[in-house]
Amino acid sequence: MRRDEPLARRAIGTALLGRWQTWAGFGIGAVLLFAVAPVVLSEFRLSLFAKFLCFAIVAVGIGLAWGRGGMLVLGQGVFFGLGGYMMAMHLKIADAQIFGNDVPDFMQIAGIRELPAYWQPFASPAFTLLAIVVVPTAIAAALGFGVFKRRVKGAYFAILSQALAAALAILLVGQTSLGGSNGLNRFRTFFGFTLNDPANRRMLYFMAAATLLLVVAVARQLMGSRYGELLVAVRDSEERVRFLGYDPANIKVVAYAVAALFASIAGALFAPIVGFIAPSQVGVFPSIAFLIGVAIGGRATLLGPVLGAIGVAWAQTLFSERFPSEWIYAQGLLFILVVGFFPAGLAGLGVLFANLRRRRRPRTGGPEPHPEAEKVVAKP
Amino acid sequence: MSVENSHSPQPVAGGNVGMGSSEYLEVRGLSVDFDGFKAVRDVDLTLFQGDLRFLIGPNGAGKTTVIDAITGLVPASGAVNKSGVELLGKKVHKIARLGVGRTFQTASVFEKLTVLQNLDIAAGAGRSAWTLLRRRSGATSAIDEAMDTIGLAELADKPAGVLAHGQKQWLEIGMLLVQNADVLLLDEPVAGMSAEEREQTGKLLLRIGGARTVVVVEHDMDFMRAYATSVTVLARGRVIAEGSVAEVQAHPKVQEVYLGTPAGRKETVAAPKETGP
Repeated sequence: MRRDEPLARRAIGTALLGRWQTWAGFGIGAVLLFAVAPVVLSEFRLSLFAKFLCFAIVAVGIGLAWGRGGMLVLGQGVFFGLGGYMMAMHLKIADAQIFGNDVPDFMQIAGIRELPAYWQPFASPAFTLLAIVVVPTAIAAALGFGVFKRRVKGAYFAILSQALAAALAILLVGQTSLGGSNGLNRFRTFFGFTLNDPANRRMLYFMAAATLLLVVAVARQLMGSRYGELLVAVRDSEERVRFLGYDPANIKVVAYAVAALFASIAGALFAPIVGFIAPSQVGVFPSIAFLIGVAIGGRATLLGPVLGAIGVAWAQTLFSERFPSEWIYAQGLLFILVVGFFPAGLAGLGVLFANLRRRRRPRTGGPEPHPEAEKVVAKP
Repeated sequence: MSVENSHSPQPVAGGNVGMGSSEYLEVRGLSVDFDGFKAVRDVDLTLFQGDLRFLIGPNGAGKTTVIDAITGLVPASGAVNKSGVELLGKKVHKIARLGVGRTFQTASVFEKLTVLQNLDIAAGAGRSAWTLLRRRSGATSAIDEAMDTIGLAELADKPAGVLAHGQKQWLEIGMLLVQNADVLLLDEPVAGMSAEEREQTGKLLLRIGGARTVVVVEHDMDFMRAYATSVTVLARGRVIAEGSVAEVQAHPKVQEVYLGTPAGRKETVAAPKETGP
């Protein structure tokens, strides 16, 4: 067993180094989010940044499902909207109770005198929080089983998930009891804290930041686990995995449900942070917008989606103020360029440069690829 | 190729029948119908543990389709019985868990994952959710053993995508070993290999074949002559001959199929002199 000893030592070495790097990485992230950003950014910019963090939370889930699992989730607006609307319903009921009204303000204007039955459970904060976690996950799991067991994949899955987002947005526009196309807005309190108070808005920012760190930690564990390796195997060769005795549908459902959960939590934070949730945050366009940041940052990496989502949202705010009509074209162009020419995103550029540098130097060690290997197409 | 498993018996003609093993694969009346085109008709095969059976025949004879039918990839009629369990009608992953493993004409390892990761995934179909959600720590003894058997221990941490063509095929066979498959269906394992790689593959099959049932679909007749314990010849979806290499070579129908094809094939079963060892 000549191989074992150095291999084992190397494994322990990389594990220790990896662990140290992980803690350092999370430490730097925590310092940036909790110490630097609140000091550097103005109150207005900080709440804008909190909104970007919500998008980043969605992005982490997309990175898992699309980058690692190969499922092009074009309808994350559905789960973002579910989380956002459920949170918003609770906030509206709580506000109405404070003012001694039976129904929220917009219902009074619309002439609705009694709280609709499906609103009533959301009076309970515990029920609301539980529903934000359970409902989207369960819907994604049921949908995923139905779709993946039938071996629907690739573009068909993407179209299906996008159609779902479009359908939900259209459905919401028609619901007077959910504020129609205006959605739900003008929240005054968040679990008893007034949202006018800058200290409480800062608290919301910290909640978003903490959630992002938690979500990244969960995604990291999933990606580094045996499940993560299996997910990549399913992405690259689903049929082969089937012949090894696994049902690929089960493996995909987990990543899809986790991505849905992350999107729902992000939506639930988005509503109080930004002050509204509306069909415009649910439909096709926002669902694609979630994807752009992930693609640009590098969909298969852990932090690429986070940085990409924040970067794109930040650029959108910056440029859309000055060039409101041109920005959307630039965004679309960027998306096409990245997906078409840099599928690995910005994270892939580092690898590209490293490869170029290595290519210039003479190759040392490692097995030479067999000339035959170039010709072989790795698809059964 | 490194360690020789000196204690495992080598494949013998007729398998290890009577040596106390009851493992077998029995195919009866297997037929595959592609929208009216009968790719496989009434195929019977009986394989015992220790068999190293070669499945040969001209292009389009239905060799790969037989493997596809046994592994559940294409729907088929008839019966496939593995040690008392009916396989037909079961899902692909269920059949795989019952110990039937296969490789493909083109190597289909997970190119982005390392050799070790490929083997670890192949070994893990029965893992619990809790094990799956944790990080892999080192290799199990079964994986270490398989890496030694297929001769890729030195390359454990290399991504499978950089392996040579032959090494990829060996990795696939290694994946079947850790998958605990006792019926191995190999679809043209030596296609595109150099002479040296072919020899190493043949020796590998001899090392692992004794304790398992191995079916090899192959066009390479020299390879077949060198390593087969028994041969089944298919033509137009039917079994036309079965027996030892010598018996099959002498069979008039086989000579007709191979020599009578108008294109004038290079590979001739009924070669006048022995070229294999």
